[in-house]
Amino acid sequence: MSRQSLAKAHQKIQELSWEPQYHEPYMKYGTDYTFRKAAKKDPLKQVLRSYFPMQEEKDNRVYGASDGAIRGNMFRQVQERWLEWQKLFLSIIPLPEISAARSMPMLFQAVPNPELHNGQAIQMIDEVRHSTIQQNLKRLYMNNYIDPAGFNNTLRNFHSDYCGTIGRQFAEGFITGDAITAASIYLTIVAETAFTNTLFVAMPGEAAANGDYLLPTVFHSVQSDESRHISNGYATLLMALSDEDNRQLLERDLRYAWWNNHRVVDAAIGTFIEYGTKDRRKDRESYAEMWRRWIYDDYYRAYLLPLEKYGLVIPHDLIEESWNQIWNKGYVHEVAQFFATGWLANYWRIDGMTDEDFEWFEYKYPGWYDRYGKWWENYNRLSRPNGHHAIVAEDVDYVYPHRCWTCMVPCLVREDMVVDKVDGQWRTYCHEACRWTDAVAFRPTYEGRDTPNMGKLVGHREWETLYHGWNWADVIQDMGFVRDDGKTLTAQPHLDLDPKKMWTLDHMRRMPHVASPNVILNEMSDSEREAFVADYNAQGPAGRPAGATS
Amino acid sequence: MTTTENTARSVPKPTFTDAEAGAKEFPDSGPSARRYNYFKPAKRKQTHYEDVTVEVQPDPRHYLTQGWIYGFADGSRGYPLNWTKLKAWGVDDPEPERGPGSGGKPVQDWPAHGWHEFRDPNEEWELTMFRYNANVERQIGQNVENARNNKAFQQWTQNWVRFVERHVGAWMHIEHIFGLYIFAACNRSGPTNMHNTAMAVNSEHKIRFAQDLALYNLTLTEEIDGFDGAAHLEAWNNDAEWQGVRKVAEALTAVDDDWGEMIFGTNIVFEPLLGELFRSNLVQQSAPGNGDYVTPTVMGAGEYDFAQRDLRWTQACMGLLTQDREFADHNKQIMQGWLSHWVPQCLEAARQLQPLWSQPDAKPPRFEDSLDRAKNRFAGILNDLGLDAPKELSQ
Repeated sequence: MSRQSLAKAHQKIQELSWEPQYHEPYMKYGTDYTFRKAAKKDPLKQVLRSYFPMQEEKDNRVYGASDGAIRGNMFRQVQERWLEWQKLFLSIIPLPEISAARSMPMLFQAVPNPELHNGQAIQMIDEVRHSTIQQNLKRLYMNNYIDPAGFNNTLRNFHSDYCGTIGRQFAEGFITGDAITAASIYLTIVAETAFTNTLFVAMPGEAAANGDYLLPTVFHSVQSDESRHISNGYATLLMALSDEDNRQLLERDLRYAWWNNHRVVDAAIGTFIEYGTKDRRKDRESYAEMWRRWIYDDYYRAYLLPLEKYGLVIPHDLIEESWNQIWNKGYVHEVAQFFATGWLANYWRIDGMTDEDFEWFEYKYPGWYDRYGKWWENYNRLSRPNGHHAIVAEDVDYVYPHRCWTCMVPCLVREDMVVDKVDGQWRTYCHEACRWTDAVAFRPTYEGRDTPNMGKLVGHREWETLYHGWNWADVIQDMGFVRDDGKTLTAQPHLDLDPKKMWTLDHMRRMPHVASPNVILNEMSDSEREAFVADYNAQGPAGRPAGATS
Repeated sequence: MTTTENTARSVPKPTFTDAEAGAKEFPDSGPSARRYNYFKPAKRKQTHYEDVTVEVQPDPRHYLTQGWIYGFADGSRGYPLNWTKLKAWGVDDPEPERGPGSGGKPVQDWPAHGWHEFRDPNEEWELTMFRYNANVERQIGQNVENARNNKAFQQWTQNWVRFVERHVGAWMHIEHIFGLYIFAACNRSGPTNMHNTAMAVNSEHKIRFAQDLALYNLTLTEEIDGFDGAAHLEAWNNDAEWQGVRKVAEALTAVDDDWGEMIFGTNIVFEPLLGELFRSNLVQQSAPGNGDYVTPTVMGAGEYDFAQRDLRWTQACMGLLTQDREFADHNKQIMQGWLSHWVPQCLEAARQLQPLWSQPDAKPPRFEDSLDRAKNRFAGILNDLGLDAPKELSQ
């Protein structure tokens, strides 16, 4: 067997393709797409005989490096500012990975091409790898990093935290609703092909610059599997394109998937890379520069644009708008500022920005200091408990934002916020594209066409709703974000581990109650709501009240 | 020769941060804080396997306070517990009702229901599954390579060559169908990450074994003059002996929306009554007498997958349910119904296979003896699960 060529072996395993003779498999997952049995080939040409030993070898390298990191005491030079954000990232990412594994059988049923099922099955195995190897990395951090709080209750935190819920779109979106929308367009065509570049390549690069070479070890190993998944997506996309009836759905799904990925991934990874690093070399790429290179040039121009000739309608406007959001409207900075505003509702410590950081931001994003500098100075001023409240309850020229019903990131670019009454409820959206996603795309009809398999946006999508009227101390206790002394918060707005400098439930008890913006919105009269929208749209940048001059 | 001027390269500057465990004392700095604390381990100490699998798949009855955020068109969301008729204790208790001002209502006494008690006794996660399957692939490769070098295939009788090309070859299709359309298919459906990961790993075994058989078939085509590498397709598609097995295998993929029945029907019923009957009681027993010491090593790898690993997790999964503190009777009743449905079909398919027992020159044990052995093994599995052997088994 060892002498057989891969091509021959791959050709042989095609004989396994199954055409049911007596019973058709149960079709659990529906799609509104239709597929002719186009003769698309399995792009992977991977057989398990070579796959398993290859993956084992990759594992050996990863675990060898892990062992080396511990023996070499990597944690003596890890930046706490960086590793704290990993408490969020590594709580989120194992679920999207395992969800990708779960999504593959949805494609077996939706894509009637047995040859592609081989590649999808291998992707399923890859994704089990990714989820558990990442869960293991987090375990290693918990055991060896100075502050295990936030790692040790990681999945409870992730499941109950609003940031976790935002991240869950990058998981539930893969496995729910129309099988092709979820497992192909959202997962493989957009999330994996476009955004894993920033997730699994750019971010590990930043980790290394912050003394953590384990994250690159694990995630570059993960990324080496992603190219297979990208090929899976491409083959399915070409099959879908061969059927005219699919083009309207492809246009819809590409718009939804692109915009949602931009909103979610750019918010999180942009923040980690820009605000989680201590590497302020002026010639290191900013997130905006990375995005321009890897997403705009490599994905949009090199991958998507050539598909136009096959009839794919590309959301040029949304891609340009995403860049506009990142470059001109400060999307990443607004998100980082919001994360820091709400530090107390999370489970990691957020370091303040220093003069060196200010200088770097001003160099990379001219005008940054005028917008955000003063707020970050206030953040530092209010970081140690000293008779004042946490920054969210202090007057620092920041209006607490409403949440976007669709992407669940707050409506931070205030001028773009729109409201709509959908399913009998007034909802705020961060952008018209998110309103369209909820009100138009995720519906059983689309532009007059029945789409009975399309999913729905459900759940308690505004986190504050659950705690409307609650005292902050009770909120934090209810979520479980408290350390083992029963009173010190897991989260802190600084990196000082001196217990005297750390916030406790007693400090929270004195703060005003939590109020749900959405509950309040739905209590407004029409005229009050119109006035609210006008005021909101006039706010910002940096969350400043309407009419504020500095 | 000119020299190139070295320009200063821009590199990050390592900094001593002293961010290692134990560097300072503060709340949560002690050793007891260095473990995942959001679940109860099955035994006194949590295992590595538990750490990397438990709670990765959320549950609104645990900590998923905002609930699932995407739904299917019919309103179902996440991993509904009613995607099987089997039940575990606590599932009929209402989900926490959350709304304005309700708070998160996280689980107070983990777990909220019995499904979360399942642990894969094989403790499979990525490290174990790659080590195991890579080892199997290496061993099979070496066995076959050794046989090739020793011209071992030349000892085979013509009848045995025909038997292997048709019937050993035909078995690859069963493994492939189960791998993709039962186990991989169900890895989207189980109620916890432990169930779904065990199903994904079971799927890997099946897909790998199917490919092992296909590539073994390719080797034999290259090594044995006149070996027809396409005969397995003819047998699978047209031989009367195979149509019964094929019909049951396909029927298992067509089970109406119940992952529990698919897994039970496959690993508890089909595999002992048909899988082991064919693999162990026919092929393994026949091969040595027909001069073949290689096929049993390939077939044996798949047999080990089932007998030592896939059956093991399935018994642990189903055994919890037949002993469930609230739904044991309900589950046994459901499973007995499944036995009544699948056992006759499997026995009928087994009898259709009977002519294969007379094809090799050196005969294996009699078909009836082989079937009795498979039935006894099957009855033992049912006994372990606390289930009654269905009356059809004595037919």
